[in-house]
Amino acid sequence: MTTQSKAIAASLPATAGITLAFITGLALLMASGYAQANALHDAAHDGRHAMAFPCH
Amino acid sequence: MTKNLFVSAICAGIAAGLLASALQFTFVIPVLLEGELYETGARVHFGTDGSPQSDRGAPTLAGDWLRHSMTVAFNIVTYTGYGLLLAAMISFASLKGITTTAKQGLIWGLCGYIAVQLAPAFGLPPELPGTIAAEVGQRQLWWISTILASAAGLGLIAFGRSYLPLAGVVLMAIPHLLGAPHLDTFFGVAPPELAAEFATLSLGAAAAGWVLLGYAVAAILQRLER
Repeated sequence: MTTQSKAIAASLPATAGITLAFITGLALLMASGYAQANALHDAAHDGRHAMAFPCH
Repeated sequence: MTKNLFVSAICAGIAAGLLASALQFTFVIPVLLEGELYETGARVHFGTDGSPQSDRGAPTLAGDWLRHSMTVAFNIVTYTGYGLLLAAMISFASLKGITTTAKQGLIWGLCGYIAVQLAPAFGLPPELPGTIAAEVGQRQLWWISTILASAAGLGLIAFGRSYLPLAGVVLMAIPHLLGAPHLDTFFGVAPPELAAEFATLSLGAAAAGWVLLGYAVAAILQRLER
């Protein structure tokens, strides 16, 4: 990271980082727990049952 | 700051995902595989001769390593996702002047467990494979709404002033008073004992995963932000 981009990153409001982390977390959970696409469903099947996601 | 959120969530997600996987493979997955024997009809409990009796015994875990490694991978993804939500909320609280120690992280984890696992399971018990239930879309809607109401309710109980904690209790109760979607009939083919074991075992394994997740997120965040 250059000095300039570091300065920009540091000046970003903290809430932007918090929002980014929150949205990324939701996206991961959509994929692992909620999406019904067949390939995803089959791969995540046992985990979903074990984690009590409504599965099928 | 943002980097710290991701580092803490990923490290904690890996640790909690691995712990949950270890507990699942020891306790939960064998029961799940045993349930599949009834789902496929390889084993029959409610026989046509009228005798509800069948052998106990889970199939071996060995032989399907791709399936099991996907389970571990998805556990890590799931706990990392939850870890990001926890890290974001803990940081948001710190902006409001509420600091979180590693030990207080245990409580965050426990509350996450209550909101995401225990409260939805109160209406929709974790399902043994082969359980016929209401339409998945309806259940997902009730499940998401219950998680949101429970998380908001716990937030009000923890941080609300005056009568707000009481409103939090009411909010947590509403999804259950409305009721989860259920069918009018029972279809279960597996022994009731097996379904009950599966429900309690999976809740217990998730409790351990969540408590470790909360502790690790808070501990790592505290160390990085110091």
